[in-house]
Amino acid sequence: MAKSPHLSRNEFVKIVVGAVGTLIGSVIAFPAVGYIVSPALAALRGGGKDTWIPVGPLENYPLGVPTLFSFTRTKINGWEKTTNSYGVYIYRKNETETVAFSNICTHLSCRVNWNEERQQYLCPCHNAQFTVDGLVAGGPPPRPMDQYLTKVEDGTLFINFVEG
Amino acid sequence: MASKVYDWLEERLGLSAIYSVTLDRKVPKVNWWFTLGSASLFLFIIQGVTGVFLAVYYVPSPDHAYDSIQYIMNGVAFGWLIRGIHHWGASLMVIFVFAHMLRTFFFGAYKFPRELTWITGVVLLLATLGMGFTGYLLPWNQRAYWATTVGTEIAGTVPLIGPFITAALRGGTDLSGVTLARFFAVHIWFLPAVILGMIGAHIYMIIRLGIAGIPDKDD
Ligand code: HEM
Ligand code: FES
Repeated sequence: MAKSPHLSRNEFVKIVVGAVGTLIGSVIAFPAVGYIVSPALAALRGGGKDTWIPVGPLENYPLGVPTLFSFTRTKINGWEKTTNSYGVYIYRKNETETVAFSNICTHLSCRVNWNEERQQYLCPCHNAQFTVDGLVAGGPPPRPMDQYLTKVEDGTLFINFVEG
Repeated sequence: MASKVYDWLEERLGLSAIYSVTLDRKVPKVNWWFTLGSASLFLFIIQGVTGVFLAVYYVPSPDHAYDSIQYIMNGVAFGWLIRGIHHWGASLMVIFVFAHMLRTFFFGAYKFPRELTWITGVVLLLATLGMGFTGYLLPWNQRAYWATTVGTEIAGTVPLIGPFITAALRGGTDLSGVTLARFFAVHIWFLPAVILGMIGAHIYMIIRLGIAGIPDKDD
């Protein structure tokens, strides 16, 4: 048969089969891939979500003395529900300035304690010491104590808790 | 280019022989009833693929089974679709396998030389029903729990060894985490392995013997 400039039936069928096959393939692949990667996408979307947690009336906290406030947060990940407890040292420097330190040691995550006598935060694990302003005064920690943002609304103190 | 790659592979693997043996077979004049076996095979593949995907998130423990399925339904993209296909596909597969058996029975396709095709088919039917039975427990909800309680109780009505069968199915006196774990293992490992092997033998014989035509008055 002489080569005609038009599509032969054979070529036409090949192209149609290829196109329909690609279409069906992608219709199947899209949900399949989405299903597998969706927890990763959710993590990227939800990561760094923050909430303001009320920690009580500001006047309850004494001036100049870091005071521990403990709270728990429940996190749902997939089919698992985990409840973690957190501690935050509320330190009112003066009438207007309030800082909230996480009690998690910046070395390897043990919990630090305020020591009134020495006027320092001490870590029981590897003997880290932090000043009342959270700066490293000795020991192995690589950086000052972590802080939460704070705000006061109607006399109530809030800290900004970042998920994750 | 593509044909060069194909030629290279063909020279080493003999792909065209696989094609001609499996697909270029002589087939007698048949009708739509003869598609039920292929439909069963297709459904088995669908169940296999969706099942593998469900296994990504499903956890076979009494603490997490129910929640992990809630997560598949509400927490994961397209989880509802994959579980839905597996759920409805399970019932469809039983229906199709059974209808396929009826067609081979009524067309007398089980006779010489196809007795073994029939026998492997019987194993396939039983294994398919077993998949339904073991899969039903996995959601670990009230319906699953009580259906399996009843099902394993019924198995216990066998004379003499009945109580042993019930205890063996349950892995103890009552339904428990042990039951869930063994049903899961049977559902995803034992029975699929049996079905795969039997499908292999079944199809080997179909290719080797050809399929029986529609019987006429003289048969
Ligand atoms: C997972 C289940 C099964 C699969 C995937 C399957 C697959 C197939 C396929 C693809 C064929 C080719 C002809 C046709 O489609 O009708 C076939 C033929 C046959 N099947 Fe099955 N089958 C299954 C279960 C059964 C059962 C439960 C029986 C009977 C107890 C059975 C008995 C037969 C027989 C006797 C033939 C030969 C028919 C002939 O040569 O005309 N199969 N099977
Ligand atoms: S964890 Fe606190 S000093 Fe090492």
